[in-house]
Amino acid sequence: MSKIIHGRVLKLGDNINTDYIIPARYLDLYEPEDLGPHVFEEYGAYRDKLKGHSIVIGGENFGLGSAREQAPNALKGAGVDVVVAKSFARIFYRNTLNVGVPAIECPEAAGAIGEDEEISIDLEQGAIEAGKRIFRFPAIPQEVRELLDAGGMVPYLKKKLGLR
Amino acid sequence: MGHTFAEKVFAKKAGVAKVSPGEIVTLSPDVIMTLDADSEIMYRFQQLGLKKVWAPERIVCFLDHYAPASTLRTATLHKTLRAFAREQGIDKFYDVGEGMAHELMLARGHVLPGHFVVGTDSHTPSYGAVGAFSCGLGASDMLSIWATGSLWFRVPESVKVVFQGKVPKGIYAKDMILEVVGHFTAKGCAYMCAEFGGETLKELSISERIVLANIAVEMGVKATYVQVDEVTRAFVARHHRDYDPILPDPDASYKKKYALNVESLTPRVACPHSVDNVRPVSAVAGKEIHQAFIGTCTSGRLHELEAAARILKGHRIPGNVRLLVAAASRDILLKAMELGYIQDLVAAGATLLPPGCGPCAGIHEGLLGDGERCISTANRNFIGRMGSQRAEIYLGSAATVAASARTGVLTDPREFL
Repeated sequence: MSKIIHGRVLKLGDNINTDYIIPARYLDLYEPEDLGPHVFEEYGAYRDKLKGHSIVIGGENFGLGSAREQAPNALKGAGVDVVVAKSFARIFYRNTLNVGVPAIECPEAAGAIGEDEEISIDLEQGAIEAGKRIFRFPAIPQEVRELLDAGGMVPYLKKKLGLR
Repeated sequence: MGHTFAEKVFAKKAGVAKVSPGEIVTLSPDVIMTLDADSEIMYRFQQLGLKKVWAPERIVCFLDHYAPASTLRTATLHKTLRAFAREQGIDKFYDVGEGMAHELMLARGHVLPGHFVVGTDSHTPSYGAVGAFSCGLGASDMLSIWATGSLWFRVPESVKVVFQGKVPKGIYAKDMILEVVGHFTAKGCAYMCAEFGGETLKELSISERIVLANIAVEMGVKATYVQVDEVTRAFVARHHRDYDPILPDPDASYKKKYALNVESLTPRVACPHSVDNVRPVSAVAGKEIHQAFIGTCTSGRLHELEAAARILKGHRIPGNVRLLVAAASRDILLKAMELGYIQDLVAAGATLLPPGCGPCAGIHEGLLGDGERCISTANRNFIGRMGSQRAEIYLGSAATVAASARTGVLTDPREFL
């Protein structure tokens, strides 16, 4: 995971739940590339807008609902590099980090940054730069950085347990 | 200052004198629940080339979401999962038709008061019904436990909910907890552990307490705790196993508190399209329904089938309404048959589904078409949850669902009780 992520913003609202992100009929798929094409399948408007946007900014309680890890993996497979929100639902938050995608809680940035803005996120410094504005968030703890640097839980465990 | 249930659980399991909310603690779970819809763990486990799961004797595995399999992919997935459980020595394995994880984990005594439990399902906090700390995880977190035996957890803040007064006729735990979720909203208790107490709980069986713990998830909680009392002790005594309950201190500190006097409560429904959109049934009564569903990990237990049978016995539901019924387990189904509830429900026009999750998550067995409206005992009513994104889902007690099935429109059940 590079320390600085650049991209264009897709804005989503409050309480975006995992059923919206990926319906339960896809729980028998696991890989981001298989899930990506089905992201927001029932929500044509979101799905179409996701094209050309690699940063998702949500409102409150982003990712509420199911424990399905397919939700962050579907976003990842659709080209999302980072998710910023005013707040996250807890299982989605953990799942997102576990698939190697940074999840950043920053209510100020999530409120102020608009759709289609191009922004930069510095994970190490805990800063989001949007034009002339800078928003701070608590730097990601070292343990979580290691998880993200490895690319998620699977490669992290592989390294930690010395597999293959 | 005393400590909450969550603080005491984390301190005890971590072997330290005390912990505070926000602290990160690494723990090994006492019990692990896993199920077919999260077969990704098994897939990743094999992908990593891992050989043996950590503590197979602590794992309980269920085939309930795809029970029975409705596609070739899920049939193959079940087959692979059965073989994996056999080869790993996961003996606590419940195959298609036995029932749902969140029922059997408690009914079969896999979870006891004071246990620390993880499960790959967001409604895992249901086991707070017997005073266990249980939380949901995704596939990678569970993979980490299967591989290493432990995982990091953040000690949660807690919220205290106290129920007061006698439960009126026609009111159930479903109505009580929907009122609580409406009060706090979907994000109101995010990351917290919800503790339930109060004199009213003496009237609530474990089956009713499961409803409280299960639906509390819809206000964002990480775990729940329903007070451990005579009802709990009588329920777990049948398993003849030792247990060590953990009780919150009377002077513990809570982030939020809410007291609800249930005596003036009327039947409640969660209206489309969020569980915190709670209104009295009377406010939406008369809306036409197309499907009524009694079942899921929230409901489908004996007292709910009894209430439904009482309302529907000797009646025939209107021809334009489908009534689907799924008992929470084979044991409950057998008992409901013995007591005649199933006979009454099927005679009234119900279609019996196998014990399992049914159409709740929109996977199979009774999806909704465009423009249809469903009243269900389930725990989620998001857009598209049960099929069409142009369908509406209302959530209520089994009595409200049965009364609505009888009339064909959303109906306050008290007129039939």
